[in-house]
Amino acid sequence: MSPARVTADQNPLRDPRDKRLPRIAGPCSMVLFGVTGDLARKKLMPAIYDLANRGLLPPGFSLVGFARRDWADQDFGKIVYEAVKERARTPFREEVWRTLAEGIRFVPGSFDDDGAFDLLAETVAELDEQRGTGGNHAFYLSIPPGSFATVCQQLERSGLSTPQSGSWRRVVIEKPFGRDLASARELNSIVENVFPADCVFRIDHYLGKETVQNLLALRFANQMFEPVWNANYVDHVQITMAEDIGIGGRAGYYDGIGAARDVIQNHLLQLLALTAMEEPVSFDAQGLRLEKEKVLSAVRIPADLAAGTARGQYAAGWQGGEEVVGYLDEDGVADGSRTETYAAVRLDIDTRRWAGVPFYLRTGKRLGKRVTEIAVVFKQAPHLPFKSTATEELGQNAVVIRVQPDEGVTLRFGAKVPGAQMEVRDVTMDFGYGRSFTESSPEAYERLILDMLLGEPPLFPRHEEVELSWRILDPIERFWEKKGKPPEQYVSGGWGPDSADEMMRRDGREWRLP
Amino acid sequence: MIVDLPNTSTAAVSKRLVKLRADTGAMALSRVLTLLVVVDEADAEEAIEVANDASRQHPCRIIVVVAGNRRGAARLDGQIRVGGDAGASEVVVLRLYGPLAKHGRAVVTPLLLADSPIVAWWPAEAPKDPAADPVGAIAQRRITDAARSTGTPRSVLKRLASAYTPGDTDLAWSRVTLWRGLLAAALDQAPYEPVTAAMVVAAPDSPSGELLGGWLAARLRCPVSLARSRTGSGIISVRLERASGTVDLVRPLDGNTSVLRQPGQPDRTLALPHRSDAECLADELRRLDPDEVYEDALRKGFAAVSTSRRTAGEAVRDGAAPSPAEAERTAQRLRRAARMAGSSAMVDKMPMPADTADSEAVRKAAATKLAEVKERRS
Repeated sequence: MSPARVTADQNPLRDPRDKRLPRIAGPCSMVLFGVTGDLARKKLMPAIYDLANRGLLPPGFSLVGFARRDWADQDFGKIVYEAVKERARTPFREEVWRTLAEGIRFVPGSFDDDGAFDLLAETVAELDEQRGTGGNHAFYLSIPPGSFATVCQQLERSGLSTPQSGSWRRVVIEKPFGRDLASARELNSIVENVFPADCVFRIDHYLGKETVQNLLALRFANQMFEPVWNANYVDHVQITMAEDIGIGGRAGYYDGIGAARDVIQNHLLQLLALTAMEEPVSFDAQGLRLEKEKVLSAVRIPADLAAGTARGQYAAGWQGGEEVVGYLDEDGVADGSRTETYAAVRLDIDTRRWAGVPFYLRTGKRLGKRVTEIAVVFKQAPHLPFKSTATEELGQNAVVIRVQPDEGVTLRFGAKVPGAQMEVRDVTMDFGYGRSFTESSPEAYERLILDMLLGEPPLFPRHEEVELSWRILDPIERFWEKKGKPPEQYVSGGWGPDSADEMMRRDGREWRLP
Repeated sequence: MIVDLPNTSTAAVSKRLVKLRADTGAMALSRVLTLLVVVDEADAEEAIEVANDASRQHPCRIIVVVAGNRRGAARLDGQIRVGGDAGASEVVVLRLYGPLAKHGRAVVTPLLLADSPIVAWWPAEAPKDPAADPVGAIAQRRITDAARSTGTPRSVLKRLASAYTPGDTDLAWSRVTLWRGLLAAALDQAPYEPVTAAMVVAAPDSPSGELLGGWLAARLRCPVSLARSRTGSGIISVRLERASGTVDLVRPLDGNTSVLRQPGQPDRTLALPHRSDAECLADELRRLDPDEVYEDALRKGFAAVSTSRRTAGEAVRDGAAPSPAEAERTAQRLRRAARMAGSSAMVDKMPMPADTADSEAVRKAAATKLAEVKERRS
C-alpha cells in the first residue's frame, strides 16, 4: 500500500463528503488601508476577529494597519481591541485575541510618502520571515476612490503588487465603483493596471448576506418556485431598500452622488440580476457571472424617463419619535442641491421569461423603517369561482424575500375566513432564518473576507457587471441632470414622494408596504 | 416557564404543549428537528443544559427520556419547559418508572414533530448497537459519546465500529474537527509530498485521539501510531512525516494555544481551544446525513492504527514525537517577540491613541520605523 498522493489540487485529507472540515485560508496577511474609517472599525476588524474565533484564519495570520497617524503597533492594537470588544459577533476569548494580537502591525504614513510604502514592504517581508505568511498578502482599500490611483501606484512602485511565484497578492475595493461608466472604466484601469483582473475583489456586501445566497437556493434547489418564476405567472417584481437614517455626517460623500448611484447601481441591480437570471450551469464564479451579465445586458430602461422614474429629497419631519431636519438643511449639503435621497425606477427585461413583467426598484433615506426586500408579485388567478363579494379582500399572491432585517421568506396567499360565509382574505406564511437555523449567521463581511483570502470569487461582481449596471443607470442620471425636475420633497418617516406612487398608479399597481 | 405534570399520560403532555404554545404566541417558533435525549437521572440536568445551548443554533423540540427505578408500578412523570428555561426550544422531560422504563420509544412517539428529522443522543452510556436500540431505530442520526461510555476507548470504539449503521456519529469525533481542519490546511500548502508516517500522542482515555489516528490512517494510507500521554490530557500532538521533514502540530497540556512547525517556515501559534459539548452537539445537528468520513475513520482507519508501547515521554526522547515542553517555550518566545502587549487586561488599560494627524510627524515616524526594520532585518 503506497501512501496517498498529495498534489496542489489533491489533498488526501480533504474529501467532498467531509462537510465538517472547515476551509481554512492558507498562510497570509491582510493590509488594511483606512483603519480610522467607520467601515474598518464597525465591520472589518470585528469580522476578522470572528473569523479567527471560528478557527478559519491560518496560523500566523497578520493584520497590518496603514493610516496617517503617528501610532505604534500597540496603539493600532488598541483600536482593533476596542472594535472587537464592541462589535464582534462571537464571544471574546483571551487565547484567540492573543494569537491575533501577536500579528498586529501598524505602518504610519500618508499615501504620497514613498518612505511609508517602503516601510510597508519591509513590514510585510518581515511578517513572511517571522510569522510565515508565505508572501501572500491582501490589500483592503477602505479609502475614498480618489486615492486608489496613488495607493495602487505606490504598491506597484514598492514591489508590493507583484507576488513571487507560488504566492498571491490581492486587492479589495469597496463601492462606489465610479460615478458613471466613464469613471468606472477609469477606476478599473487604474486598479487593473497594477493587479490582474482575477486578483481584484470588488465587495458588494449584499452578496455576502445569507438571504441573498438563499435566493439562489430558493429558486434552483426547489421544484415549486421555478415553474411559476416567469411572465406567465408573475405580474411584477418590487425590489426595495429603505433606510430610516439620513445621510448622517456623510454629506461630503453623498451630495452629488445620490441614492441611485449609491444603492441602485450596485445593490439593487445585483438583487435584480439574481432574481431574474436563468439557472447557471454551475455555481462557480464563471457560471454565475455569465448568467448575471446576460440578464443585466437584457435590461431596458423606460422610453419615457419622466414617467418611468421618480426621485425625491427628504424634507423635515418626525422620524419615529424624533424630529429631524430636511436634506437641504443637513450640514455640508450645498444650497439648492439637486441630489436625490430617494430614487425609484421601472426596468423591463427583454427576455422570453420576463417579457412584460416590470421590475420596480426603489431606495431612499429617512423612510418609514429600515428594510430590504424582494417581492415577486403574482397575477390574479385567471378565474375566481366565487361570488365577487367573497374575494373583495383578496390581493395578489406574493413571494417576498426579506433580505434585512428579520431575514426570511414570506408567502402571501388567500385563505378562507372562518365562519359560515365564504370569504377569502390574504394571509402570510413565514419562514424566518433566525427561527429555523442558527441564531447568529455570519456577518456578510466575514464570508466575503474569508472567500477573498481563499481566492474564491463567486460572490464578487466582476468589472463587466459594474459596467453593465452603469450602462443602465447612466441615461437615467443624464436625464435627471438635464431635463428632470428638481427632486420632489417628501416627508421624513414616510414612504417617499408622491411622484413615486403616481408612477406605480399609472401602471395600475401600487408599492407594497414593506 | 416550567410546568410539572406528575403521573400523567403522553396525550396530556401533548395537549398541554399545544396549549402553552397557543397561550404564549411568542413561542410559536418553527422547529427544525426533534432531539431525543436518553439519559439517567444523574446526568439529566447537565444534558438538558447542553442541549438547550445547542438548540440556540438549531431550534428543536428536545425530549429527554429519563429511565427511573424499574421496580414498582408503571408511572410517567412529565415536565415541560418553555421560554427562558428552554433556550430556543421546548423541552419535554419524561421520567419513566416501573415496567414503563423499558418502553421509552412508545412514550416519545406521540410527541415527535411531524415531518422533521429525529436525532437521538446518549450523553453518557451509549447502547451496544445504537441503530438497534428502540429509540435509536426511529432516529435518522444517532449521537453517542465514546468518552463517557464505560470501557476503554478502544473497546468502546470497536463496539461502535462493528455496530456502525449510516447515521451514527460520536461527539468524540466532533471534538477533533479543529485539529483535522488545521492538518488538512497544512497539506494544502507546498511542498506537495506524500505523508509517509504519522504519530498521534493522546491520553489513553481519549477516544478522540484514536479517531484522529483512524482518520489519518484512512485518508493518508500510511502507518499511523499512537503514543500514550498522561490520563486526562486529551490530544497532545500530531506529527506527519514527509520527505522534506515533519509537520508538527502541538497543543501543550491544558493549553488553548497550539504551535505549528513545518520545515523551512517559522513556527506559528494559533488558538486551538477545547470545544465544549454544546458546540460539538450543535455541530452534529448541523448535518443530518450519514457521515461517511467518520465511518472510514472508525471502521477502516481505526483498526490500522498501531498503539506504540512507548509512552509519550519516551516517544519525545526518541525523537518520534514533538516535545510539548518545547512547543510551550516556542509559544512563549513568539509571544515575547510580538511587539505589542497581548493580554486583553493590558490592552484594556491602555489609553485610546490620539486620533489626530500631523503629516510631518507621521512622515518622521515612518522614516524612523523604516530604519528600525531595516536594521532588524539586516
